[in-house]
Amino acid sequence: MTVIQEGTVTAGNVVSARRTRKVAAGISPLRPRKSRLLTGLMLLYLVYTLVPLVWLVISATKTQSDLLSTSGLQFGHDFALFSNIKETLTYRNGIFLRWLGNTLLYVVVGAGGATLLATVAGYGLAKYRFPGRRVVFAVVLGAIAIPNTALAVPTFLMFSDMGLTNTVWAIIVPSLVSPFGLYLMWVYAEQAVPQELLEAARIDGAGEFRIFWTVSLRLLAPGIVTVLLFAVVSTWNNYFLPLIMLSKPNLYPLTVGLTQWSNQAQGAGADPIYNLVITGSLLTIVPLVVVFFLLQRFWQSGLSAGSVKQ
Amino acid sequence: MKIGHRRRFGRLGAITAALAASSLILAGCGGSGGDNGSAGSGAKASPQALDAALKKGGTITYWSWTPSAEAQVKAFTDEYPNVKVNYVNAGTGNDHYKKLQNAIKAGSGAPDVAQIEYQALPQFALPGSLVDLSAYGLDSLESDYTPSTWAAVHVGDGLYGLPQDSGPMAMFYNKDVFDKYHLTVPKTWDEYIAVAKKLHQADPTKFITDDPGDPGFATSMIWQAGGKPFTTDGKKVTINFQDDGSKKWTSVWNQLVGDGSIGQIAGWTDEWYKALGDGTIATMNIGAWMPGVFESSVPGGAGKWRVAPMPTYDGQPATAENGGSTESVLKQSKNPALAAAFVRWLNNGNGIKPFLEKGGFPATVKDLNDPSFVNKPDPYFGGQPVNQVLTAAAKSVVPGWSYLPYELYANNIFGDTVGKSYLAKSDLNAGLESWQNALVKYGNEQGFEVNK
Repeated sequence: MTVIQEGTVTAGNVVSARRTRKVAAGISPLRPRKSRLLTGLMLLYLVYTLVPLVWLVISATKTQSDLLSTSGLQFGHDFALFSNIKETLTYRNGIFLRWLGNTLLYVVVGAGGATLLATVAGYGLAKYRFPGRRVVFAVVLGAIAIPNTALAVPTFLMFSDMGLTNTVWAIIVPSLVSPFGLYLMWVYAEQAVPQELLEAARIDGAGEFRIFWTVSLRLLAPGIVTVLLFAVVSTWNNYFLPLIMLSKPNLYPLTVGLTQWSNQAQGAGADPIYNLVITGSLLTIVPLVVVFFLLQRFWQSGLSAGSVKQ
Repeated sequence: MKIGHRRRFGRLGAITAALAASSLILAGCGGSGGDNGSAGSGAKASPQALDAALKKGGTITYWSWTPSAEAQVKAFTDEYPNVKVNYVNAGTGNDHYKKLQNAIKAGSGAPDVAQIEYQALPQFALPGSLVDLSAYGLDSLESDYTPSTWAAVHVGDGLYGLPQDSGPMAMFYNKDVFDKYHLTVPKTWDEYIAVAKKLHQADPTKFITDDPGDPGFATSMIWQAGGKPFTTDGKKVTINFQDDGSKKWTSVWNQLVGDGSIGQIAGWTDEWYKALGDGTIATMNIGAWMPGVFESSVPGGAGKWRVAPMPTYDGQPATAENGGSTESVLKQSKNPALAAAFVRWLNNGNGIKPFLEKGGFPATVKDLNDPSFVNKPDPYFGGQPVNQVLTAAAKSVVPGWSYLPYELYANNIFGDTVGKSYLAKSDLNAGLESWQNALVKYGNEQGFEVNK
């Protein structure tokens, strides 16, 4: 899934490159001095991140035979993008659309839920003092340190005992937990919501829930979007967990489904459909690129959260 | 992005690590029990019991990535409408095994019938995860199969599946390339080396064959050379890559790997398919299932490829199996009789026809001897009746081979050991030695008694 990550980073670069140009044109009053070396390095990086994306777009326009017979960065003999898209969407009775729907479900419920939980919990931990807070802190940090992949098999065995494997819950429930998002919201809430504001609201007679919903939530918005983006990206790209949790192709997300298509090219009776795998990959990253374009400014402001002590 | 935060919790590193470790261990303890079969298979049943199970009907789940699986299941349910088969493509190769292993470990969720490659069969049969089909009298079908595939579905004395296909090796060669560079089709490995060097000198962009270091290929080559590096007797395992067969193979292959006359393109990639089509790769020593792959996936090679017997060390016909699968019944199955009946239908009944229609290469003697199969000219191969060569190969497989009871693990670490010798173009024998050391160590850790 590197392709997806490269793609998303690229979206960021395009916008920041545009911003740099604005600065150079004198729109910004600050006009920072340009560094040739850094610009050169950034250009190299831009090329580095764009090439895979360009390769993907070009390859998605080729037929299977052109893919195997022409060079990667030039167009094939036929422009087959639209027929590829059509074939991708209809191959095996449109299973691709089913996978897309599954991915959307996992993302909306899983990443949405994870963001909600992280926001509520992070806020609570940042703004209230209660016994055991340090323990929670240690547990959360410990949880961040464990890669999800390492937990996948134990989680599978646990879910299997509960009879949850091969259901959508097997993907959604683990995605609801985002220690990293919780930690981020915690740090963010500590600085974005001034204690004085909460005290003022309490003096005015507002209850804790009302304070949270009307005052704090607005202040937390940039942080929430950041956590949401992290959660969306990680759920969208989630591969290993659904790979071992699900054995019904009807429940697969795009990542696992596309891998299955790709694996069709192997061994006895191989039936490679590289053109569909590639077109499918392109279609898979489009929603992520769109989300990044739309939420880009929140993303950037969210990233710098917690980096400056006020 | 995450790096910045990682640095922050460096202060708490000790706690973090401790927590992480303890929760991992705890998590690891969960659900290790139970691979006991749910249904009894102790009593000896007869083939009639299978017919009765088919009549009674029921539901079974079947995991497979065989291209013809869907068509076979459809044909089966047309014939037996009261049996419902949930066909699931749970992944190809390793993905499939990972899921199977997890389901077995969890004690539930495994299918009734699963496709298992010959090389992976001991790994599932030895721990008792599969049903011994001789309990249903299927051991009486021995004469229907080639000796090599019949041996491949046995682990110890148990029969753990019926052979679906076979992959006796043959040499596929690109006649255009051979004609252009005036090469003669080699019969022995010495001739093969000479051809390889001649070709690579004439055009350094052309390679006699492609082998980036592939465990399935290497073990098959050792098999052909008469090597028997793996022997298993219960928990006792012997691994020896220093026997004559292994040495015979490395003495040939070292010469080709060493001077770069073998290409090292990763198999089954788009680049590999491309190289098969454009003459970059001149020969492939590979299983008899390969024509189907050529026809569906290498359109550029149409009319150019031909088949010849695999070169041998002494000019006498000898070959090995390369790939191939069986269908097995899982101990977890709640209806093992019906599952066994389905396996019998798939690989000994009407299931074979849809399998052959999809270009599969059979393991059944009857189909291998069927003149309409043997003598069918193949237009892709310039009209050559390729099955004459391939069915002859099925009869000259060197007997006595067996795979490791943890072959899948062995395949996974092949790249870290022998693969290094390929990369460095150095002595493969040294690579095999480090593979052996790693396998001995792993096997003993897993509770086997390896080389003791």
